[in-house]
Amino acid sequence: MMPRTLAGRAGFYAFILVIMLFSVFPFYYAVVSSFKTGSELFEVTYWPTFNMENYVSIFTEQPFGRNILNSVIVAFAVVAISLTLGVLASYALARVSFRGRGLLLVTILAVSMFPQVAVLSGMFEMIRVLGMFNSLPGLILANMVLTLPFTVWVLTTFMTELPKELEEAAFVDGATPLQVVRRVFLPLMGPAMAATGLLAFIVAWNEFLFALTFTLSNEMRTVPVAIALITGATQYELPWGNIMAASVIVTVPLIVLVLIFQRRIVAGLTAGAVKG
Amino acid sequence: MQGSELTRAKVRSALVFLAPMLLALALAAGWPLGRTLWFAFTDASLTDNGYSFIGFENFWNSEWGGLLEDGNWWQAVGNTLYFTFVSVALETVLGVGIALALDVPFRGRAIVRAAVLIPWAIPTVVSAKMWGWMLHDQFGLINDLGMSLGLLDQPVAWMANSATALTAIVAVDVWKTTPFMALLVLAALQMLPRDIYEAARIDGIHPVRVFFRVTLPLIRPALMVAVIFRGLDALRAFDLMYAMTANNESTMTMSVFARQQLVDFQDVGYGSAAAALLFVMVAVLTAAVLTLGRVRLTGGAR
Amino acid sequence: MKLGLFVGAASIAAGTFVTTASAEEISISCGALGIELTLCKDGVKKWEEQTGNTVKVVSTPNSSSERLALYQQILAAGAGDIDVLQVDVVWPGILGNHFIDLKPYTEGAENDHFQAIVENNTVDGELKAMPWFTDAGVLFYRTDLLEKYGREVPTTWEEMAETARIVQKGEREEGDDDLWGYVFQARAYEGLTCNALEWIDSYGGEIVDAEGEVVVDSPEVVSAVAEAASWMEDMVPPGVLNYTEEESRGVFQSGNAVFMRNWPYAWALAQSDDSPIRGKVGVVALPRGGEDGKHTGVLGGWNLAVSKYSAHPEIAADLVMFLTSPEEQKRRAIEGSYNPTITDLYQDEEVLEAVPFFGDLYATFENAVARPSGVTGEKYNRVSAAFWGKVHEALEGNEDPETAMSDLADELGSVKRRGW
Repeated sequence: MMPRTLAGRAGFYAFILVIMLFSVFPFYYAVVSSFKTGSELFEVTYWPTFNMENYVSIFTEQPFGRNILNSVIVAFAVVAISLTLGVLASYALARVSFRGRGLLLVTILAVSMFPQVAVLSGMFEMIRVLGMFNSLPGLILANMVLTLPFTVWVLTTFMTELPKELEEAAFVDGATPLQVVRRVFLPLMGPAMAATGLLAFIVAWNEFLFALTFTLSNEMRTVPVAIALITGATQYELPWGNIMAASVIVTVPLIVLVLIFQRRIVAGLTAGAVKG
Repeated sequence: MQGSELTRAKVRSALVFLAPMLLALALAAGWPLGRTLWFAFTDASLTDNGYSFIGFENFWNSEWGGLLEDGNWWQAVGNTLYFTFVSVALETVLGVGIALALDVPFRGRAIVRAAVLIPWAIPTVVSAKMWGWMLHDQFGLINDLGMSLGLLDQPVAWMANSATALTAIVAVDVWKTTPFMALLVLAALQMLPRDIYEAARIDGIHPVRVFFRVTLPLIRPALMVAVIFRGLDALRAFDLMYAMTANNESTMTMSVFARQQLVDFQDVGYGSAAAALLFVMVAVLTAAVLTLGRVRLTGGAR
Repeated sequence: MKLGLFVGAASIAAGTFVTTASAEEISISCGALGIELTLCKDGVKKWEEQTGNTVKVVSTPNSSSERLALYQQILAAGAGDIDVLQVDVVWPGILGNHFIDLKPYTEGAENDHFQAIVENNTVDGELKAMPWFTDAGVLFYRTDLLEKYGREVPTTWEEMAETARIVQKGEREEGDDDLWGYVFQARAYEGLTCNALEWIDSYGGEIVDAEGEVVVDSPEVVSAVAEAASWMEDMVPPGVLNYTEEESRGVFQSGNAVFMRNWPYAWALAQSDDSPIRGKVGVVALPRGGEDGKHTGVLGGWNLAVSKYSAHPEIAADLVMFLTSPEEQKRRAIEGSYNPTITDLYQDEEVLEAVPFFGDLYATFENAVARPSGVTGEKYNRVSAAFWGKVHEALEGNEDPETAMSDLADELGSVKRRGW
């Protein structure tokens, strides 16, 4: 609720301003740094000078465009698969009572309890056995460990909260469970799916350790690995400007995506029976 | 409708719906997890291929101590618990605050929402380096800003001192993952029926009271899930510490410890044991949170 | 496809002949990007033209610990995805089991290289890797500041500290509050092991001796660490405890330090066009530990090894021999100032013209002190981590040097009990 007094409103906007500064300023500083080269990097400045050198060099020195495409493919596939499997599973876990349901939920959660580095070796063997080494499907499969448990849990929680009457009417009309999921629940889950989808997307987009280990050629690498592999002319030199330029390029599509997706978070409100 | 044809049909389709998810998880996680658990009881090493079963020796033995007598391990445990508790608490409070603000319609809300997600969107590898640079004692922005605003007398070497390094890491983590919390809470808020608020407003109940009495209980399940997953993430925290302070003992978490053993020291057995112990500790803590938070595992059986 | 090139395939440079009947594809990981990768690709291309084989250049992480992790993953799985690997000088002991013996392919070529590196790369009588380029820690100093205060280039650590304090005090009185006496690398990582080993070696101490005995609690080691800890009080920025090479270079290159310990790579950067200290930088060997001490520098640099899981080990070995040949090393020295590992190249006029300090520092490179990776074998990383951890504690002032080193001796003792 928007505060009604003038002071309240001023306070509210001040809070928004602080949130904005807190979130955006470091990114802004990255943008400023991305225009710097050589010794300029060792000085603190607050305003950008527009020197595109770093942006040109990251695209000419390596297949950065291809890396972005790989990241897009992997992230979208991970989101699509996670959400599809997640919605189906969460319907079963939230709306149907069967024995062993609690245990199943805990088991799914347990998958999230191992440190990533501990599953790395086993995953590496697995990927090689499946013949998925140095390929995008291998990365998509590996990312499931990170996104699936969390997607299932969040969607299950949200689905649990929806009123029971919703599906009963549909079942009385003779709908199959799949139809119920598609027609009744899917429209209502808009905000939750947009939010989890977005979070899963970012997890897959930013994933580093698997992507580094399970790919070998530059053409198969994703963006975070490509960024980490940007180096200076010699072993110890850190090409700060290039790294920042690449980070800015990588972050921009995400911002656009958020702007699109977040409408879905709001749209969920007006779509269904839970009136807004 | 207990026991009816419909219920049986529902259970049948529930199993069909679960199957693909379980298959995907089994493929991606089953073998690697089982393998790690098995290696925890062996003396496997990356340098040679033979290994043998040694029981609980990696955890405790009279010869060289084992994990339970390893001072570095216990320091890592302490660091991890401190980091998890402080950062998740701060992220929850900030996340709920931001979500409440973004739930209010105002002009430019779309932009602010996108802006809030930026920290989460920047790859951790990059943001760790970025903050490392900003916190640099000589040419870092934070010291420059602090000095010109009169907050600091002289540049502070944030990452060099064991006392400030962990605090700085917590700060960066809060900056980075608060959006995760805010977005999940916002989604929960958006699914609440608006008429509750209307009723409260007409009754003239103070907004703070409304929040604690109405909003918080309603979003609690979603909040709990967000807290649990953040907590799990924080307990396994790795890349931030690794990128910002490498293998420094004063900021080392359990995951960094496990990685050091597994990768840097090629000690697959000992490292797997650390990972397994981490798993057990996380499981116990999660069980405690689930119980204390009264999260219903049985879902929709209301 | 490449038959035209393949016809004249008798290789001259490496002195070997490729007898394979058909052109094969192998892969190499060398360098990441920048000049290192360019130099490697140029070299590889020449070899491709001579032999008709094709080579895929795989880029790997620049950070050496991440590169090691990736290699381990691939090698432990017995995967032959990379045939030729660029390996750090401390890795032959760790990864050696996965590499072939190169002796049958060298025809004695290794005798022309620095013997310290060849010994370092020899495990159980097998030559696990050929030296490619070397590195050693050196001391950078500001010629203008030393001149201004009438100080000589220091030859002992004590002199260096004295000069650093005098210049720092003088400059601060003139209003330069950001100036520090000395910067080095003291983050808890391998770089600190390199720095600290240089101190203790210059005083005549060792971490582990040639027989594998732990000798890190000797008086020489303690006085070396105590000397370094005394710098922390007033002449070193406190942040140095989290500095790697680049952070220290940042401070030095922005004109905020009198002395810096770094690898030779910093030379070209400090002399680049936009550098504020261009033309004011000198390079010498690191100081001695007291009057009786010696100049030293820790052995760094990279070698080329062939994976045991390679499908074409003999072709891969031929590539290694080509890339480590005098012709290639000379080209790399001139074009990228990479330090050759071949003794004769330090008298080559063209090389000396391109990189003048190679001649002055020849002794430093030849006598560089190796980290105890050979004697501790696969436990080296554990030893190094314990060492840098305790040195870090001592520098931070949490433990006095004597206690820290005797604790370290205990810790290394228990590592040793598990065998090295």
